[in-house]
Amino acid sequence: MSIEVINISKQFGTFAALHHVSLQVQSGELLALLGPSGSGKTTLLRVIAGLETADSGQVLFHGEDATDQHVRERQVGFVFQHYALFRNMTIFENVAFGLRVRPKKFRPSNAEIHSRVMKLLQLVQLDWLADRYPHQLSGGQRQRIALARSLAVEPKVLLLDEPFGALDAKVRKELRSWLRRLHDDMHITSVFVTHDQEEALEVADRVVVMNEGRIEQIGTPDEVYEQPASPFVYEFLGNVNLFHSRLHQGRAWIGDIEVDAPEHAEAEELAAVAYVRPHEIEVERTTQNGEATFAARVIHVLSVGPIVRLELVRQNDEEKTPIQVEISKERFRELQLVKGDEVFIKPRRLDLFPNHKNKTDGAAQAQ
Amino acid sequence: MSTITFPVTTSANKQHATQEPAWVRRSLIGLALVFLTLFLFIPLISVFYEAFKKGVDVYLAAITDPDAVSAIKLTLTVAAIAVPLNLVFGIAAAWAIAKFEFRGKNLLITLIDLPFSVSPVVSGLIYVLVFGLQGWLGPWLAEHDIKIIFAVPGIVLATIFVTVPFIARELIPLMQAQGTEEEEAAVVLGASGWQTFYHVTIPNIKWGLLYGAILCNARAMGEFGAVSVVSGHIRGSTNTMPLHVEILYNEYNFAAAFAVASLLALLALVTLALKTLIEFRNQQHQKEVTNEH
Amino acid sequence: MNTFKQHSILPGFNLALGFTLLYLSLIVLIPLSAAFIRTAELTWPEFWSVVTTPRVIASYRLTFGASFAAALVNAVFGLLVAWVLVRYHFPGKKLVDALVDLPFALPTAVAGIALTALYAGNGWIGQFLEPLGIKVAFTPLGIFVALTFIGLPFVVRTVQPVLEDIESELEEAAATLGANRWQTFTKVIFPVLFPALMTGFALAFARAIGEYGSVIFIAGNMPMVSEITPLLIITKLEQYDYAGATALSVVMLVISFILLLIINLLQWWSRRRSIRA
Repeated sequence: MSIEVINISKQFGTFAALHHVSLQVQSGELLALLGPSGSGKTTLLRVIAGLETADSGQVLFHGEDATDQHVRERQVGFVFQHYALFRNMTIFENVAFGLRVRPKKFRPSNAEIHSRVMKLLQLVQLDWLADRYPHQLSGGQRQRIALARSLAVEPKVLLLDEPFGALDAKVRKELRSWLRRLHDDMHITSVFVTHDQEEALEVADRVVVMNEGRIEQIGTPDEVYEQPASPFVYEFLGNVNLFHSRLHQGRAWIGDIEVDAPEHAEAEELAAVAYVRPHEIEVERTTQNGEATFAARVIHVLSVGPIVRLELVRQNDEEKTPIQVEISKERFRELQLVKGDEVFIKPRRLDLFPNHKNKTDGAAQAQ
Repeated sequence: MSTITFPVTTSANKQHATQEPAWVRRSLIGLALVFLTLFLFIPLISVFYEAFKKGVDVYLAAITDPDAVSAIKLTLTVAAIAVPLNLVFGIAAAWAIAKFEFRGKNLLITLIDLPFSVSPVVSGLIYVLVFGLQGWLGPWLAEHDIKIIFAVPGIVLATIFVTVPFIARELIPLMQAQGTEEEEAAVVLGASGWQTFYHVTIPNIKWGLLYGAILCNARAMGEFGAVSVVSGHIRGSTNTMPLHVEILYNEYNFAAAFAVASLLALLALVTLALKTLIEFRNQQHQKEVTNEH
Repeated sequence: MNTFKQHSILPGFNLALGFTLLYLSLIVLIPLSAAFIRTAELTWPEFWSVVTTPRVIASYRLTFGASFAAALVNAVFGLLVAWVLVRYHFPGKKLVDALVDLPFALPTAVAGIALTALYAGNGWIGQFLEPLGIKVAFTPLGIFVALTFIGLPFVVRTVQPVLEDIESELEEAAATLGANRWQTFTKVIFPVLFPALMTGFALAFARAIGEYGSVIFIAGNMPMVSEITPLLIITKLEQYDYAGATALSVVMLVISFILLLIINLLQWWSRRRSIRA
């Protein structure tokens, strides 16, 4: 079932959690809502679920207006951040709850409830825990039970709020690929919220990057990582170097070098910031005459693993802002770099954003 | 080879970095116990001693006296009305306060606590001012031949007043700590409001409910000042157990007074035992929950 | 948005809040307001003369003096009892811990007659004090004893949890920095406990001021000497002096509200302290 969110706004007191947000989720898709805390991603998820009502805007399920539908009628499965397992019930009863509270006419027989619950517990590979209580389970097990419980009512869409947020790193990784496989098997339209970019890029079909109640970009993991639509997306997804620059009539000046910027053809003497990913920077021992490069000095070398991370400082940079560069091990061996070496660096690809859009002007590097 | 002898440290004088010397510890424990003995244990023991001083027969006669029996019945009746009403109130108040965000919440919490800071005598007096012959509703009530002050309804009202906060203040922090996620999960899974309340909320708060009800009951049965003002002390009719104790005592019938008092002291001990038991159970449960993962 | 309540999918808010407010209004607010409205029938000079007669002033002095002394003793010994219960092990500790709450659970009338019997001239304790010339029962000293009894759990129960929460690292840090135990207690532990101690003191004091049941048996109830304010209210009521009784109870109520405010502030202070620590 497809979900459509049209022009949703939501205010908590004086805080605008969502600001005219529109979004389409394709049927069968696994979509990630990615953003820092306070970006409105959880609020949007809760609005879709019907746990929160929007101040304005609409939510459509399969083309039908569900805005005024109660959460009970929306047939959504919701997995809470802290699982919200019923602590007084066994695992079996937790999963059976949604079936047991149905009105008598629609309630399956006890035998059918039993078989359906056991099937779900097998699906999440925890049928041997049926008689335990939630507090006797590990975090990862609780997470899977919470998922089984939400699936028991055969929801049309599955909504997950920070599904791996409370787990430690190793369990997180395992559950991530498990969720991906589960989704591939079941093909239920799913939306999950996360603040972890790696998680979003690795699991989702498409990623919605949110910031301050607005959607910054929607796209496949590849698109949002390779072609960030805004400085925010650039900084939020992966490491990036920032260079102060000047734009004028389709040309940009960054320190000593000059590059083409055809998309800013109408710019007139604009201050801008150039964004360059660490792996998009080339390092050379020498420079050919006329080539657009910066002279820089190596101040730190971290050569663990297949990728070597360098920290450099531009020669004529008085602020001594460190520049992050990533090169392959082979290239590193070729160059035979050591701390203190003088080198030349050249951005292979960069994106320019005029300053008025950029809130972190002057910041050198962001995660 | 010569032997070197180190000074032997026995466990008695080996002092942990964050502990006091043994003599300090012992004196502090001793001092605390002397204080508690003088002010707590001896008074408690003396109640039972005085009750049985003149023999078991006198004791039994005192607590089977018709006036005593009627006082016991009235006390039980009053508690049987006041505790359930405050239970319903406590659940309603805690549900509204713990599960929802609204303006004036802190003011409401303070209002619920208010009866704790009002003198029992004043608690009784305000009902006289409303329902007494000189009170707001007095003339109307007299006209319709309804008696509240110097009658059982007045005793019930005064008792409810002094016990209003007990259950609510037990439940509010408990339900606030539990949050709303479990209830939300139940609603998402299709449960109705009552199903959610009955299957999810009540099981989670049952021990807190019981705890509050036990303390509420103890106070309801033992209230003296407020009830004394509104009761009129009519023997065999509007005398609760504490009031009966007072009457017997003022008649110099000490053995009988202490006999009835011993029943109330027993109630207090049972209350403390149950309270300790629930606290112990909660602690064990807490340990289980935090240990098993 | 200017809404009274934030949206929630959980049902029953209107019912629960409506019932809560109705119940509170009928049981607590309307009767309490009766005291203030009835007092307003008096003119200010009338009110003032009723609440400042020598007999009334004497009762204030006694009530507040005895309550203050009792709360002070409870602060000192309550701190000691809490310390001993949290820090040390001794046989019967669990029982002692449970019995500390006895004054909460024991009806005040029972406490009153038991203390009177103990401290009377021929009582278990009174017989040792009498030869020393100390009379407790039927004197203001007796009132102090009764108020100490009923206020005993307050300080213990407010200080105990704070003491349990103090990290041992704090004391170990003090020890590694060269502090002895007394210095550690006065400079590290006591400042952390202080807000809770003050809260306990204020709670015991507030409770003592309004106390009636346990006091009237042991007090002797002599006007000007051993008559507490709550008893004076009852006396006026029994003489059908409703205006006088109401005026006095308004004075008591106002004092209770001020104490309640102070206690709330103290608790807020205490919480802030413990969060910061």
